[in-house]
Amino acid sequence: MSKIHVQATVNGDSVEFLADPRETLLDCLRDHLDLTGAKEGCGTGDCGACSVMLNGRLVSSCLVLGVEAEGAEISTIEGMADGNELHPLQRKFIEHAALQCGFCTPGFLVAAKALLEKNPDPSESEIRFWLAGNLCRCTGYDKIVRAVQDAAAEMRGAA
Amino acid sequence: MRYHAPATFDEAIAIAAGASGVTRYLAGGTDVLVQLRAGMVTPDDLIDLKKIPGTHDITRLPDGGWRIGIAVSGAELGAHAELVADWPGVVEGMELVGSTQVQGRATLTGNLCNGSPAADSVPGLVAAGATVTIQGPNGTRELPVEQVPVKPGKTALEPGEIITAITLPARGKSAGDAYLRFIPRTEMDIAVVGCAVSLVLDGDKVTAARISLGAVAPTVLLVQDCADAIIGTTLDDAALDKLAAAASAAAKPISDKRGPKEFRVDVAGVLARRAAKIAYERAKA
Repeated sequence: MSKIHVQATVNGDSVEFLADPRETLLDCLRDHLDLTGAKEGCGTGDCGACSVMLNGRLVSSCLVLGVEAEGAEISTIEGMADGNELHPLQRKFIEHAALQCGFCTPGFLVAAKALLEKNPDPSESEIRFWLAGNLCRCTGYDKIVRAVQDAAAEMRGAA
Repeated sequence: MRYHAPATFDEAIAIAAGASGVTRYLAGGTDVLVQLRAGMVTPDDLIDLKKIPGTHDITRLPDGGWRIGIAVSGAELGAHAELVADWPGVVEGMELVGSTQVQGRATLTGNLCNGSPAADSVPGLVAAGATVTIQGPNGTRELPVEQVPVKPGKTALEPGEIITAITLPARGKSAGDAYLRFIPRTEMDIAVVGCAVSLVLDGDKVTAARISLGAVAPTVLLVQDCADAIIGTTLDDAALDKLAAAASAAAKPISDKRGPKEFRVDVAGVLARRAAKIAYERAKA
């Protein structure tokens, strides 16, 4: 099986890797680029644990082939904090204890960030609807929603 | 598996024509990649259509209609204010497909070609009178959307043929459409019944209508009896009763884990009534 050379931008850095055409973007991020923040929960686009931004759109990286990423701009959870400075969403998830096992957390954070960029003041139902594709089997949804609301308020300068 | 990213539809068709094994086309990938992973399909050649110029475009046609590229995602469709203003029912159907993440990738054409009778974006396209442009080894043809699915998982496309665009007709004045589905949850589920209504008014009177039902037959249905029930009326209670009865009569569902037959027949009427009211309100607005 011949591998394909892929060049892309991940979290602002130019990267290249050799992808087997059957490998997903998630496989490539984790296995070739050592970016293991995005998780594989289901592998079929149902759980959202592998959420990343691809050319400005929130996607499940398990439903994208690595070879499709040629020339793409990708943002992952690894690019969310600014050095040691956590993103407000990351801080609020900790403050609100909006995680238990943590497996779903990177996906929730990436998805929530995408929401707040589109809508800085979402209602509770808008948050729940937007995050419906992110599953938490520890069932911590209420704390997650509160954390997103609190982060949104802080980011609007209203906290 | 060989991965191809052709720059034109001609090139894509040539690759498919020259392939001896299993071929799959890739647009949003939200069905194909799941099938790959499940081992349901193991393509020898995977042909990615997203690098073809124009496949990401939504274009207003000279006659006021719309051409939608085959790689336009649900998120891109929903973000196009002018298209949403013309065809809110088409867009709201597509936006019910999957999660936010799936919306970032999934396409109208993919939802259509997957061939599910419960595909949420298809009834809206059928009610709208949308057509697809098909290109293949023997040239180009146009087909109404309702003729694309022939049975669950199977389309009218011949080997080597590709849908190259979806065309929505000009909306015109005093017209509206709507799509509703029934699911037992609030989001991210497969339709138990779906119904789309598109209508045109002259004053208060319905002058033209197309009504489509999903998930109640092997393919999405276009129901002429439903249209006849409301054309010439002001969508009064008597017309709505006739419409609901026609929708229930046209529904020929199976019983499965998502709902029994009798329930689906009843809900088809309920949704037709409600969707028609929304389409009517939108046409008046």
